Amino acid sequence: MALIEIENLSVTFHTSGRHVRAVENVSLKVEAQQSFGLVGESGSGKSTILRAICGMAPITGGQIRIDGKPLPTPRGPNFAKQVQMVFQDPYASLHPRHTIDRVLSEPLAIHGQTGSDAKIEQALIDVGLPPAFRFRYPHQLSGGQRQRVAIARALMLRPQILLLDEPTSALDASVQAETLNLLSRLRTERGLTFLMVSHDLAVIDHMCDRILVMQHGRAVEELSREALATAAMTTPYARALFTASADRMLEG
Amino acid sequence: MTLLSVKNLRVTFDTETGPVEAVRGVSFDLNRERLGIVGESGSGKTMTGRAVLRLIRPPGRIEADAMTFDGQDLMKASEPQLRALRGRRIAMVMQDPKFSLNPVMKVGSQLMEGLRQRDHASRSEARAKALAALQAVQIRDPERVMDAYPHELSGGMGQRVMIAMMLIPDPDLLIADEPTSALDVTVQAEVLSILDNLVKTRGMGLIFISHDLRLVARFCDRVLVMYKGKIVEELAAKDLLHAKHPYTQGLLNCLPRIGGSREALPALDRNADWAS
Repeated sequence: MALIEIENLSVTFHTSGRHVRAVENVSLKVEAQQSFGLVGESGSGKSTILRAICGMAPITGGQIRIDGKPLPTPRGPNFAKQVQMVFQDPYASLHPRHTIDRVLSEPLAIHGQTGSDAKIEQALIDVGLPPAFRFRYPHQLSGGQRQRVAIARALMLRPQILLLDEPTSALDASVQAETLNLLSRLRTERGLTFLMVSHDLAVIDHMCDRILVMQHGRAVEELSREALATAAMTTPYARALFTASADRMLEG
Repeated sequence: MTLLSVKNLRVTFDTETGPVEAVRGVSFDLNRERLGIVGESGSGKTMTGRAVLRLIRPPGRIEADAMTFDGQDLMKASEPQLRALRGRRIAMVMQDPKFSLNPVMKVGSQLMEGLRQRDHASRSEARAKALAALQAVQIRDPERVMDAYPHELSGGMGQRVMIAMMLIPDPDLLIADEPTSALDVTVQAEVLSILDNLVKTRGMGLIFISHDLRLVARFCDRVLVMYKGKIVEELAAKDLLHAKHPYTQGLLNCLPRIGGSREALPALDRNADWAS
């Protein structure tokens, strides 16, 4: 049984009399410890799917099941222990007036967990940051270091699933490489399941086993990693996206 | 003939903890061609672009042995002389449409403002030119865009509006600072072909600032690679993927590739010698 099952998911936003159908009838399955990628242009609904899983988008149809169980609304504390999200912009996703210590201890406090001292130090070490960073503020860290803190925060409750929304697109190439390496290492060490959104086909290809191409809120084509590498896509849109990314091919 | 010549450009910021050198002795010549400047954030590429227009506010200082544009000395130019150059002869497309367009002014008024002020165009004339400029950057519904506020446009549209605005006075040199970083790959290709077309048909010079090496390799004629305020390597764009300098090679190697191995990506080894 797949760990994440999304069946005919639709998300519709209502704004000033208009209906915006951000996601329409999208289905996907992610097996445990697999890494699944969503690609598409901005506005294709890929981030909305992640937000819908977290209960941050109005679901108007379909069902999301984690570990076979439909998700409760509101999501509740058990959901937070199972699923966590890392956002795109590390400058915006960390509270500017909270120290790293406070950012990392908050999930533990909310869930009534003890031993936060040791856990925070370990969390920083796990993401490759010196424990002395604990009492710094986000503005005292670089973009890459902030994204490491955001990853550490997401892992504080030891979730099985990480939802990654463009985790490296705000970072320089060299920092992107370090962050991707960190995510890969954590996935192997902890047996995590990734659902990852990116507009960069090369990043998705590097990280994911299977890929869903999206356009205008609909699923266009699901590809295996092999199919992507050998350009075996069948729909014109997936091919157009691939052609536009041709400079990211191995030999390029 | 050389359009722009920069010799030993330095940009220094005086801070409480002493001077910080953002650009340290950059020299290059530009003809009517596409010159790419690449580097990581903080490498001084944006500051180089801004310095050409003398758009660096105190406490920043610009020094150069020479900086000439079309025979005119930019270092000695007075503020009114610079004002005549900015926009009309040298235009700059800034990085982020969210911060560079006026949020409380309709796109149309922003496009027409320069035409009315600079060229003393009549309202109808300015409107016609603005509409034509929007069409030139492939905006399908220019009337609607003219009447929209910047927040009502997507990132890609905003970016194209900025390019349109800069192209109205038909400049000789366009400095584009990450003009496509907010765009999806397919829209990116569109915007690049618009710029490319302008370089070819109008004979414009282009300085293309980007952190995306592969994009620059594909799009530009010549590339400067910057690291910590210095040019570490200058080469023809087609040779970028066979770069000699270890920094350029490192930047290329740490990029993931479609169909590449799943092993850890090589980290960039920052060697202090490069910066000296």
